[in-house]
Parts: sequence; structure tokens; C-alpha cells
Amino acid sequence: MSDTTDLPGPALDVEAWTCPAPLRDRPRVVMGHGGGGVLSAELVQQIFAPAFGGEVLAQMGDAAVLSVGGARLAFSTDSYVVRPLFFPGGSIGDLAVNGTVNDLAMSGARAAYLSCGFILEEGVELDVVTRVSEALGAAARTACVEVATGDTKVVEAGHGDGIYINTAGIGLVPAGVDLRPQRVVPGDVVIVSGAIGVHGVAVMSVREGLEFGVEIKSDCAALGGLVDAMLAVTPDLHVLRDPTRGGLAAALNEIAQASGTGVVIRERDVPVPPAVANACAILGLDPMYIANEGKLVAFVPREHADAVLGVMRAHPLGADSVIIGEAVEGHPGMVVARTGLGGTRVVDLPIGEQLPRIC
Amino acid sequence: MKYIDEFQDPELARRLLDDIHATVTRPWALMEVCGGQTHSIIRHGIDQLLPDKIELIHGPGCPVCVTPLEVIDKALEIASRPEVIFCSFGDMLRVPGTGRDLFQVRGEGGDVRVVYSPLDALRIAQQNPDREVVFFGIGFETTAPPNAMTVHQARKLGIPNFSMLVSHVRVPPAIEAIMSSPSCRVQGFLAAGHVCSVMGMGEYPELAERFRVPIVVTGFEPLDILEGVRRTVRQLERGEHTVDNAYARAVRAEGNPAARAMLEDVFDVTDRAWRGIGVIPQSGWRLAPKYRAYDAEHRFSVEGIRTQEPAECRSGEVLQGLLKPHECEAFGTLCTPRTPLGATMVSSEGACAAYYLYRRLDMPAAKAQEATPVV
Repeated sequence: MSDTTDLPGPALDVEAWTCPAPLRDRPRVVMGHGGGGVLSAELVQQIFAPAFGGEVLAQMGDAAVLSVGGARLAFSTDSYVVRPLFFPGGSIGDLAVNGTVNDLAMSGARAAYLSCGFILEEGVELDVVTRVSEALGAAARTACVEVATGDTKVVEAGHGDGIYINTAGIGLVPAGVDLRPQRVVPGDVVIVSGAIGVHGVAVMSVREGLEFGVEIKSDCAALGGLVDAMLAVTPDLHVLRDPTRGGLAAALNEIAQASGTGVVIRERDVPVPPAVANACAILGLDPMYIANEGKLVAFVPREHADAVLGVMRAHPLGADSVIIGEAVEGHPGMVVARTGLGGTRVVDLPIGEQLPRIC
Repeated sequence: MKYIDEFQDPELARRLLDDIHATVTRPWALMEVCGGQTHSIIRHGIDQLLPDKIELIHGPGCPVCVTPLEVIDKALEIASRPEVIFCSFGDMLRVPGTGRDLFQVRGEGGDVRVVYSPLDALRIAQQNPDREVVFFGIGFETTAPPNAMTVHQARKLGIPNFSMLVSHVRVPPAIEAIMSSPSCRVQGFLAAGHVCSVMGMGEYPELAERFRVPIVVTGFEPLDILEGVRRTVRQLERGEHTVDNAYARAVRAEGNPAARAMLEDVFDVTDRAWRGIGVIPQSGWRLAPKYRAYDAEHRFSVEGIRTQEPAECRSGEVLQGLLKPHECEAFGTLCTPRTPLGATMVSSEGACAAYYLYRRLDMPAAKAQEATPVV
């Protein structure tokens, strides 16, 4: 008995195997537009950038670098919509500080002042607001940054996930520091400051009620001090990125495409903690695409690589720093992984969000 | 890493590869049935390391790819209803039906939720007694038992607001259909290990004998796949065609009797359409009559939805091994994971998607450029 009566049958005609219709362009926002991949980039490039205009925006860095009165200021903003509000190793309050501080740090700036906008959902307990605020204040003190201004809005019940936070920050870029992907040249060494995929899996473990046998704590941290230490060895770093949404894969792809160089990484050298690898194996996710909150990727001239790696490893937030690959002339704009067995594969920019596989 | 690293060991892989290279004397075409195996082969570059004489043909074993368009359309119709909470595994949300997907339904206000287990959907039903909760039950023999158990549990607990949209498929009839095709080039099969861990190996000896084709039960890690290839090639070179278990750490000959009993209780075998392929007799499951109350097609009266799949792409040839994904004119241009023309580009486990994601480097420069997303 058939439950699909109008399809070819009963005998299978493999010569006539056919396929589905094309997917239409999406007329509405989907979650993938915020996933840090191709859809996010298209949203910015096709809607926001043309509408806003401006040369500074065209830098498309984690922070904009502005010339003001002879000084170079770094300026950045980010919004935090994490669910749940508290997770192993941190909270939305920590994220709201560290995320913006790190965006500034990736331009070489030490964050000085933050703004903080709270969007609260009607009904959220004031105790929760207090705990988030205290976490935010503590993270700011740790990062040596001052919350200088703020704003509060309340939305009706059902119109938010308890608390959303937006922070913006400014910092000073030291003289001689010029971090942008266009400076990357073939031969540059690619360094990551430690284990990847930790934050994303930590949040997933509590958000989805998944238990992976061991508790995985977020690596959420402010990286200003680590960047200072790296710049003290040499101001001639070429580019820094914190691989947040879209993970290491998205950060490397953005740099490869903006710089016009190829990137080769050695898959076995990419530090993935066993707990993260196991969680990803269970869910069918790739750690390369999982978000991080306390890690950075650096493209460093080869002659400075040992010195930079040395100071990174001497810093508590870079103790597990490791060289994972290099920029190359071949395959411009593309990231390629040498697999553990000796093959190669392209490491693509994600389309939207990663989705757990069915089996 | 325990249980993973030891199955990706480069030194052991090298030894297996050396053995395969030493064994092969003639060209052989092997099909890995499961999309998870395809993904692993391409992701680890295993096909690049095998002798040129061995061709791996990517089979139709991707559950997301093969779910028929009309089932997706039924899902979209049900998920659009205001009274429904529609629960699905994540990777089904991106699969296009006629003109839209579940992500878009959610963007339009539909309550579509990603779950990690069908039992999560049942719990949501218990927590939302005033809503209708529907779980999208698709996949092979691997996902069918927990889905069956969930329906069984819903009936046992008397949860009235839970139902399942069922489109399960079975592997052995697909192997039979592939081997029966006059254009079939497959000479040996790497059978899907996790399917056999549920169903056992009892369905394969008759197929191996009838089509004189070796069938080697194979796992998913690189060393598993190399061992599966090694054993298949060894049989082919010797002129043998038996069923062999190269995944003994997970597969017993009888499979999982409890899971099979649950399948028999909840499901009936039925003809099923496979997206991009067509109807394969006896290749699927549907809910047995005593569970009809839990059949979402019946409950939401979408049984009448019929969708014709336009013949626009060549994934049928890809599935037969007559065409490599990047040899298709539409590959990377008209057809990408974002705008899939065909089933094999729909899921990341489909052969075309795997090539798109991992193999653009191997293509002619112009084609690779076209296939690279511009950001």
C-alpha cells in the first residue's frame, strides 16, 4: 500500500530520478540572519550598509577606528540576547562587558568607557536584574573599564527573554598599532589563544538541558590584557579577531576574504577539548563553528611568531595558545584544513546557524 | 580523545591504506549507503587517499535529503496552524518544501521548536495541554525506534494533544532498488553501521547472494571506513560476496531486539517515496492502525496534499555514481546549500553539499570561484 500515490512507481526508474524545487529568497528574518555566517553578512551588506553609508562603517571590523583630535579611538557596540541568562562560567552581564571590550581589543585598543542599555521584560524578578547587574559591574572592574552611561526600557511580558543588554564602548588605539585583515600577507602565522568551542557548548548544555557527563564552563573573559602583552612584544601584529558567532571558521573566512590571501590550518593542531569534541560528536556539530567568548585569533608576521606565542603562553588567558596554520598565496579568500589523515578540505563560512543533525 | 581519537589515528590509517593499495588490482565502485559516512569520507579526505582504482559512490542514505517534498509541505501546513507547536530535529528546519521552509514558518509566527529527542516533544505536550504538539518523525532505522517508543508512550500515558508526522524509510529495500537498476555500477556496499546496530544483519545475506555483491557493515570514523573499504575490496578481489561485520563493537547479528519489537508494535511497513528517487516498494514505515489517533496527517487532514517534484536537477545521476557533484552544470552556481536544486544539496550530509562544503579546492578555478560565498 502506498501513501504517496502520485509519484512514479511501482518500479524504480533510476534514469528518471528527479529533484526538488529551488528555495526562494527569504522574505522575512530567520534565526540564521543573526548566526554570524553568510546570511548575517548579507543582511549587513545588502540592507544596513547601503542605508547607513559612511566610510568608517565600510571598515567592517569588530570595532571602528576613528581619528578624533589627533588620537585614534576605537568604537564598538554589541547586543546580548543569550538564553539562559546564567550559564556555567558566566552570565549575560559578563558577556555584555567582555564582548564589547574584546571587540575593542581586536583593534588593539584598551577599552576605557562603556555604555549599557537594559531592555527588561515585564515580570522579570528584580533579584535577577540585581544579579546580572552585579555580574556586569564585576566584569567591568576586572576589565578595568568604567560604565559611563546607560538606559533602561521595559517591554511587555512575552516580548523578550527577561533581559537584553546592549553595550557600546570606546578605547584608545596606541600609536603604531594598525590591525586589519588587509595587512595579512602570505607567510603570516595563525595563532589561537586556547581551546575553541567552549562557550557555545557551555550555553547549549544548559539551554537545551543537555548533559555531557562533565560540566563545561564558558571561557568568557576580557582579552584586553592579553592583547596588551602581545602588542608590547611587537606592535606589528597584522590582525586580531575574537571568534564569537560562527566560531573559528567564520573568523578565519572573514580574514581570508578581506585580505585576499588563502589560509591553511592543520586540523589536528586546532585545540578542541575532549568534552567539547564529544558534545559536538553527539549533536553532529563542528567545533570550528561553535561560538567562543574568551579566545582570539592572531595573524602574526612569521619573524615575530615565537615571541608573540611566548608572551601569550605566559598570560593566564593565553596559556594554551598554539599555532594552527598560516596565510598562503594559493586559494585566495578560502580556508583549507589539512585533515589528520593527510587529506584536505575547505572550511566554509557557515550559512546561518549550525543545526544539530538528525542522526 | 577516548572513543574518537583512536578511530582517527593517522598511523593506523596509514597501515590500512597501505593494505588497501597492496590489495587492489582492478577498478572497483563501492557505495557507502549512509550520508554520515559520505560526510566523514569527504571531511577527512579519505577518498583522496584511496587508490585511484577505488571509486566511492555516495548513496541515498541521508534522512533529510530523502524526505519527500510533499511530506515537507505537509509539515509546513501543520506547523503554520496557530494551535500547533511543531517540534523537529534541527536539520529539518532548513529543508525547502514548495517555496519555503520551517525556518520561514517560524519567521511568520509559527511555533516551530528544535528538540533533541522525540520525548522532549512529548514533554512539551504535557506542559501545554491546550496546544497541539506535533513531532516530525523522519529518518532511517536509527531514529525510528525512539520515535516509535514516543508514540507508544503517548498512548500509554493517554496524552491526547500529541501526534507525529511520520516519514520513516528502510535501507535494505533501497539497496535492492539500486542493485535492480540496469544502470547500476555498484560492486560492493559499505552498509550503515548504526542501522545494523538496530536491525541486525539478517536482511543482507539474501541481497548479497542475489546480486552477488559484498556487503560490509561499516562504522563512521575514518578507521572504520578504511576497514570497511579494505574488507569489501578484499572480497571483490577474491570474487566473494558475503555479509561481513567490520563494526563489531556496535553491531550484533540480531541487532537490538527491544528496538525491533517496538518498531513492530508501532509501525507497519509501507511503500515510501524517496525525495529525488521516487517510490520504493516496502521501503518505509507508517503508524499501525491502532496508533492512528497519533497520526498527524490524519489529525490535521493533510493526507490530501500532493506535490509533484519538478525534474530540474541531476542528483539522480549523482546518486547512481554516474556524475560527480561538481561535474553538474548547476553545482555551485544555481545550486548551493542555500539554494538547493536537489535533495543531495539539501542536507549537509548529501553528497553535493559535502562536495560544496569541503571540495571546492579540487575544482577548476572558475567553478571554485563561483562556488565560494561572497561576503
